[in-house]
Amino acid sequence: MTREENKHCLLEVDDVVKEFALRGGFSRSGQIVHAVSGVSFTLDEGETLALVGESGCGKSTMGRLVLRLIEPTRGAVRFEGRDLASMGEPDLRAVRRRMQIIFQDPYASLDPRMTIYKIIAEPLLTHKTHKTRIETEFRVRELMSRVGLRGDQMNRYPHQFSGGQRQRIGIARALALNPKLIVCDEPVSALDVSIQAQILNLLCDLQDELGLAYLFISHDLGVVRHISDRVCVMFLGRLCEIGPTEEIFSSPLHPYTKFLLEAVPKPDPHMRKGKKALLAGEMPSPVNPPPGCAFHTRCPQSEDICKRLAPGMKSFGPRQAACHFTQ
Amino acid sequence: MNPNDSQTLLIKNLSTHFFTGKGVAAAVDDVTLSIPRKSIVGVVGESGCGKSVTALSVLRLVSRPGRIVSGSVMLDGEELLGKSPGEMRQIRGNKISMIFQEPMTSLNPVYTVGRQVMEAMRIHGNTSETEARDRAVEMFSAVGIPEPEHRLRSFPHQLSGGLRQRVMIAMAMVCRPRLMIADEPTTALDVTIEAQILNLMKELEEKFDTSIMMITHNMGVVAEICDYVYVMYAGRIMEQADIFELFDNTKHPYTLGLLGSIPRYGGVRRRLYNIKGMVPSLLDLPKGCRFSPRCEQATPECESREPELYDAGAGHYVRCFLHANANRGEKQ
Repeated sequence: MTREENKHCLLEVDDVVKEFALRGGFSRSGQIVHAVSGVSFTLDEGETLALVGESGCGKSTMGRLVLRLIEPTRGAVRFEGRDLASMGEPDLRAVRRRMQIIFQDPYASLDPRMTIYKIIAEPLLTHKTHKTRIETEFRVRELMSRVGLRGDQMNRYPHQFSGGQRQRIGIARALALNPKLIVCDEPVSALDVSIQAQILNLLCDLQDELGLAYLFISHDLGVVRHISDRVCVMFLGRLCEIGPTEEIFSSPLHPYTKFLLEAVPKPDPHMRKGKKALLAGEMPSPVNPPPGCAFHTRCPQSEDICKRLAPGMKSFGPRQAACHFTQ
Repeated sequence: MNPNDSQTLLIKNLSTHFFTGKGVAAAVDDVTLSIPRKSIVGVVGESGCGKSVTALSVLRLVSRPGRIVSGSVMLDGEELLGKSPGEMRQIRGNKISMIFQEPMTSLNPVYTVGRQVMEAMRIHGNTSETEARDRAVEMFSAVGIPEPEHRLRSFPHQLSGGLRQRVMIAMAMVCRPRLMIADEPTTALDVTIEAQILNLMKELEEKFDTSIMMITHNMGVVAEICDYVYVMYAGRIMEQADIFELFDNTKHPYTLGLLGSIPRYGGVRRRLYNIKGMVPSLLDLPKGCRFSPRCEQATPECESREPELYDAGAGHYVRCFLHANANRGEKQ
């Protein structure tokens, strides 16, 4: 993958591979799950890059690799030009202030026994950014009002809030240390549409105000089209296609991207088509990915070469796609 | 129109309340809804709007502290609310079946899927073992499960999410029910699988003369397969219309808000429309129109008095004063 020498490049993921060994079970030991197989992309400051794909495609694993919550098997993740894997504990701690995560389930990601104040102040206290309780409290209030919560609610517990408000608490916690990058792992999937719109608007506003970069992991293509500047489409641990959002949505290059876009139910009954082109077969297992192109078992365009040779990423202007037949 | 002939399901003035320690929650409040033969009817709304409780009320599966307090539920002209528990058991899984969001939790992990599919027939159909097996195999291939004979012997954990949902549908369809209630059947599935399942449901509806009540929060799913739609909010029906009418000529501010807050597939806008505030608690409903505290067009009238469902013509009904005056005249 060509590396752009862009001084604003915040995050660089370089040919990252993550394999998990399967242990235990009955006869599974010795098998390997190929969760991420050679993924490369970059993310600029203030940009939103979406990782999309179906369950098991490795998008969440990718999010955790970016934060070094798990270690890559091979390859490098560079944040502001420095390889995370080679960093020692003190350096890593400093970098971690600059990258945060928001989780899907606002019910599971907040400790039910902590008050909102404690939850939001925890990163501040861990990193000892404020000297006194008054300063910390001031910062917590500021964060709460920024995400649309009232400061006088800070002594309440998570169960006293609705799903949308809890997601706001999660966002306030992520913002506490002024990060540059936030990994958003399905941040609105558990919310009702009207609340989802509120949270998406909030994320957009925060990006404009604070110059945040988002790595936005989602399976909801409508949300992705709305929020992201560029999109990465993943299938079975590999990149199919990466490029500017509008170009990918209006003219997908990779056959898998085409199927994915076609499958989304459109909120307009006039767009109903007699019969959709449906993807045949089942998702191959990441334990035993097919040889060659991982998509060849389900691809209608598949030919001999696809079974033998995994396609590399080819560039098409600002876009890249991994298919032997993309022109 | 004689409702008994053309309607598979007719719910009239149904109210299901939950009697909690903190008060009475009217989860379903005076809901009238009909599902004509050979049709897919959508019931949409956000969490807590009463769509699932409506479905459970039809099956008489509301558990305490919930209770159906009034109304009528007719299946093919036959009243269900007066039936004994034994009679209801004859109807569930036989004349009315239901599929749920999460197929893994609704399948029994310790029995093969074949046994679970045949169970419904053994209970309702007086079929022999071999006959039941043949019909299960037939149904498995009808719902697109590859190698059906082999798959009958699989356990739920051996199947993918999409296949499990197909098993659930096979189980729901095997007695050729008059009505299938699908409660968020594709919410837990990936989009490519969702498209397959929606396609399958449409096919089955045409093939087996089964009406479908589609409960969902996803306007995309509604637009994709429903013929007629009810929009629910805080226990009430706010708007109901033919699918094209609803999308082309949306009237209720809540429905407009719901549609406006969908990240559009087609045009990119930086800001999404959002409905301010959140769904009210059923224990503390606002006076007047239940949507009025969140409605941008609310007037003092909306806050004092609740609007009825006004006829907007062409089978379109709206619970909103904005659409009351013009159509009152029309109706008379």
